[in-house]
Amino acid sequence: MKYLELTIGAILVYNFVLSRFLGICPFLGVSKRIGTAMGMSGAVIFVMTLASAATAAVYRNFLRFSVNGRTVDLGFLQVLLFILIIASLVQLIEIMLQKLSPKLYQALGIYLPLITTNCAVLGAATINAKENHTVLEATIFGCCSGIGFALALLLFASLRERLELANPPKAFQGTPIALVTAGILAMAFAGFAGLC
Amino acid sequence: MNLISAAAPLSVPASGAEILLWAGVVMASLGVVLGAVIGIFAKYFRVRSDARVELILELLPGANCGGCGQAGCADFAKSVVEGRNAPSKCPVSSREQKSAIARALGIEEEAGFQRRALVRCGGDLHHSAWLLNYNGVLDCASAALVSGGPKGCSYGCLGMGNCARKCPFGAIEIVDHIALVHPELCVGCGLCIAACPRHCIALVPAAATTHVYCNSPEKGIDKRKNCQVGCIGCRKCERTVPGKFTVEGNLARVNYELAPEELPTDADAVAVKCPTHALLSEQAHFRIEQNEEIR
Repeated sequence: MKYLELTIGAILVYNFVLSRFLGICPFLGVSKRIGTAMGMSGAVIFVMTLASAATAAVYRNFLRFSVNGRTVDLGFLQVLLFILIIASLVQLIEIMLQKLSPKLYQALGIYLPLITTNCAVLGAATINAKENHTVLEATIFGCCSGIGFALALLLFASLRERLELANPPKAFQGTPIALVTAGILAMAFAGFAGLC
Repeated sequence: MNLISAAAPLSVPASGAEILLWAGVVMASLGVVLGAVIGIFAKYFRVRSDARVELILELLPGANCGGCGQAGCADFAKSVVEGRNAPSKCPVSSREQKSAIARALGIEEEAGFQRRALVRCGGDLHHSAWLLNYNGVLDCASAALVSGGPKGCSYGCLGMGNCARKCPFGAIEIVDHIALVHPELCVGCGLCIAACPRHCIALVPAAATTHVYCNSPEKGIDKRKNCQVGCIGCRKCERTVPGKFTVEGNLARVNYELAPEELPTDADAVAVKCPTHALLSEQAHFRIEQNEEIR
């Protein structure tokens, strides 16, 4: 039950893009074509899952220790540490993918290093730390947050592909109408509030 | 030193100086460990790539237009190195760039010549008949489906800009419902040709500056009903400047197969003085379409 709540919460109710407003940059940047949105979504799910697991493991196990009976609490280092871990993790994955699975490497392409410093990935790690998730919970949360991001991105990309053929007033063409659409999409997702 | 879970309550906290020291130790050691791990992985998982591919990639324009038939410049560079493609297949590179690539690989360069896109239609808003009031999406393919398109002529440019949207170089402009190719921006990749549902765009030698701006094979009298500037097949161009133009059926065309120096010049266009203004020099066509001159 707890895991179900975590899953639905991360995908729909507290959607990373549409209700937490994290990861807006790729949401607007790569949502012009469904193809690129797919690549980005795959990369985000991949990185978020692994980053959540790795950061939760480090946060829960290595940031508090006692020396000579006195406790050292390094919780204030979390942001710095998370960035360091996420960045090197992505780098590592990229090196491995290039060798082990060139197909996947090509599919994720430039999106992999692009999201290294994305706030959605760091956000997932910070939320895990704040909510004190176990490593398993953190992994599920990370994966589902990634799926939530992918859902929002794909919905938005398909909307934008259609918008391209629409004929809005001149002042609204391009980014303005895209932002209005994003707002309406976020309002629609607000309907999930209270689900869990 | 004992590790405690983050969930456990704090007992006696350490002093500020101690925490600062440990923070430095943790960050430094983590940095060293992660750096070492990445270094080791980079060594063991290194992918050996052909250095020549990257060299060629640097020499290519990097527009990834796909005009060569490969999926982007990286793919093209690979195919050139492997000998599956000639450097001249890249429609975007200049002649100097192509010979630089050939020299880098030590292969014979092939004489290719630059091409440009040409929209073979001059029937803009002011010169062609409109049969219906089209209110659908601004897309040539959709417009062409509605009883043959809004314009009377079913061979000419629809002017909804499918080609302009497709062009990765921003070389096509839509003025008064007709597509205009800016020759200084066009590189001749040919992506616009596939985008046009009317097939009225063609690749022509870049050296040609005089063209027939009509694509309709209909009879002159039928064309005239729909468009004031269609070629009526009067053969005046064929007679005035022999050898440079051919009239096939009811449509004149420039003999683009001629050597660059034999192609019709701007002076030839003036000499012909095409009665419907279908045959024009590129500059004259531009001045008219941009409303600087009246036909």
